Amino acid sequence: MKLFKTSAVFLALLLIFTASVALAGTLEDVRAKGFIQAGVNGDLFGFGKPDEKGVWRGLDVDTARAIAVAIFNDPNAVKFTPLTAKTRFTALQSGEIDVLTRNCTQTLGRDTALGLDFCQVNYYDGQGFLVPKKLGVKSAKELDGAAVCVLPGTTTELNVADFFRSNGMKMKPVVIENTAELAKAFFAGRCDCLTSDASQLAGTRAVAANPKDYIILPEIISKEPLAPAVRHGDNQWKDIVNYSVLAMINAEELGITSKNVDKMLKSKDPKIKRFLGVTAGNGKALGLDEKFAYNIIKKIGNYGEVFERNVGVNTPLGIERGLNALWTDGGLMYSPPFK
Amino acid sequence: MNAEIERQPEEEIKPPVASVGVIGWIRANLFSSWFNSILTLITLYVLWKTVPPFFRWAVIDSNWFSTAEVCRGSEGACWSIIPANIRFILFGFFPYESQWRPLVAMILLVALLFYSRDRKHWKKSLAYAWVIGLVVMGLLMKGGILGLASVETTQWGGLPLTLMLSVFGLTAAYPLGVILALGRQSKMPAVKTLCIIYIEMIRGVPLITLLFMSSVVFPLFLPEGMTVNVILRAQAAIIMFTAAYIAEVVRGGLQGMSKGQYEAAESMGLNYYQTMRLVILPQALKIVIPPTVSQLISALKDTSLVVIIALYDLLKTTQSVLSDPAWMAFSSEAYIFVALIYFLCCYFMSSYSRRLEKELDTGL
Repeated sequence: MKLFKTSAVFLALLLIFTASVALAGTLEDVRAKGFIQAGVNGDLFGFGKPDEKGVWRGLDVDTARAIAVAIFNDPNAVKFTPLTAKTRFTALQSGEIDVLTRNCTQTLGRDTALGLDFCQVNYYDGQGFLVPKKLGVKSAKELDGAAVCVLPGTTTELNVADFFRSNGMKMKPVVIENTAELAKAFFAGRCDCLTSDASQLAGTRAVAANPKDYIILPEIISKEPLAPAVRHGDNQWKDIVNYSVLAMINAEELGITSKNVDKMLKSKDPKIKRFLGVTAGNGKALGLDEKFAYNIIKKIGNYGEVFERNVGVNTPLGIERGLNALWTDGGLMYSPPFK
Repeated sequence: MNAEIERQPEEEIKPPVASVGVIGWIRANLFSSWFNSILTLITLYVLWKTVPPFFRWAVIDSNWFSTAEVCRGSEGACWSIIPANIRFILFGFFPYESQWRPLVAMILLVALLFYSRDRKHWKKSLAYAWVIGLVVMGLLMKGGILGLASVETTQWGGLPLTLMLSVFGLTAAYPLGVILALGRQSKMPAVKTLCIIYIEMIRGVPLITLLFMSSVVFPLFLPEGMTVNVILRAQAAIIMFTAAYIAEVVRGGLQGMSKGQYEAAESMGLNYYQTMRLVILPQALKIVIPPTVSQLISALKDTSLVVIIALYDLLKTTQSVLSDPAWMAFSSEAYIFVALIYFLCCYFMSSYSRRLEKELDTGL
């Protein structure tokens, strides 16, 4: 018992010590290391996944690279740590990674109790249903009694249960751990519909022998704002992550792409001049190079380019911009002014 | 004498046709009773129903070097997933241009293992060969000198990681297990209690829990900024886990030794270490070779559990390839390939253990 007490006190002290150290600036740590450490998914095509040469690709990966460019002007000054749904938050809390860009849904609970801070959303997702055409279903409300293929352990499982219950319908969950196996089970007819984040449904449908035999139902049953997360309490670091993402959105809004960014340097527009650092101010305020936004656009691209490259209509995922279009096009992507 | 030699040999009577040769064998082994006949027929029917379709799928209709699109239009197996992604499956994140390095390291490791199979080679020179081999392997994997680019351990993955976790895990766990087993038999109460607590605590939790502890809980106890290499953490968890099981297997062997052996050793004036080293352990360890090896085999397969702490071992790199929509539909082919690699490793171990048993068999 005494041993237990002593070790409890020791642990408490250690935790307090850890917490106090966490307040030291992440930016200085990162500058000293010479790279940032980013937690990513590892298995999610279009968001975070190594290609056949082991090079990381995806929307979340590019987000992390944008942060690296903002600080070091080098898209490769980042080390990726693949994390599972279970290990992701600990890795951030323990300081193993500096930023978590792992298709992570921002929720109140995670923001508060887990001691995280979420930054600008880099993808608005939501949960939907994929069904075979021959089922003759036009709306998710007609799925009463359906066998539903679903991945375990994430909010997905909970959302679909809530949806069926609130609509007074019954469901038979078919729970399968692995995305590939889940898709196989669905195509083999083991369940009537497959539910997952809408970003994944299109990709799953593309795997089918005949994709035209399947449709995605119009209902989106949950809100999944996916955002990069940082440790709570380091505001400067949060600002940097935040404005690295926002710079890509703002560039698209201003019509700046990786191709025309050099030409844009000569623009007369004061908004563009401020944004690209021709007129100084923004960089200093963030503690970064004045050219940080220029570098991001030059090396990574604006949000539209990143979106199309990783998940857009010409990729196997084939996702429309939808909610992820600029606010001027009816989407939710909106950047505050850079001034 | 002579009369006997000159005697005409009697005409040989051949056994009936139905009891020798192929027919005889079939009758004796497959249709010896009505029950066996039914079993044989059922087995034949099942084989007929399964083997030709599998053969058609795996060989006749299969694709070997096509693109994913071609595969999707075909009925057969799509082995193309292997050549198209082989380097990521085998080497994970290791820098693409430097992947010859883990390849050489693996070949070296396998060669050393093969050479060490033969007990005639167990000399001092072999120990030196291992030391040199390990240093060379470490250099190849880590780099940083001699013009080799430095590679972080976080970039290690695939087959080298699986082999490394298993080979080092098993070689470290075995002696540790023996020591724990001896400790548990010890007459010193402190040592005995510690060993019992350790063994029972580790055996009381699943390996997944230990891995989670090492990857999720352990870092929280460390001061900010201080991190212990994740591979090292997993390796330590595997060693701790396997050692506890080995300890119990070895304890079985120790308890199987008759009291007379201990007394004989004592009467010859041997001290504890001499008794153990010269009399007890050589016999006890020999008895427990089969259970030890099955323990080691299951430990080798358990290394694939590091998936859950996001280490990219052989199984995880394969799964990662399968998350690509282009190849997602061909999981069976990929898993069969990985299963073959695991099978080869495990079969090597079990056949070696049988050989060792035969060589060490003293008839006791």
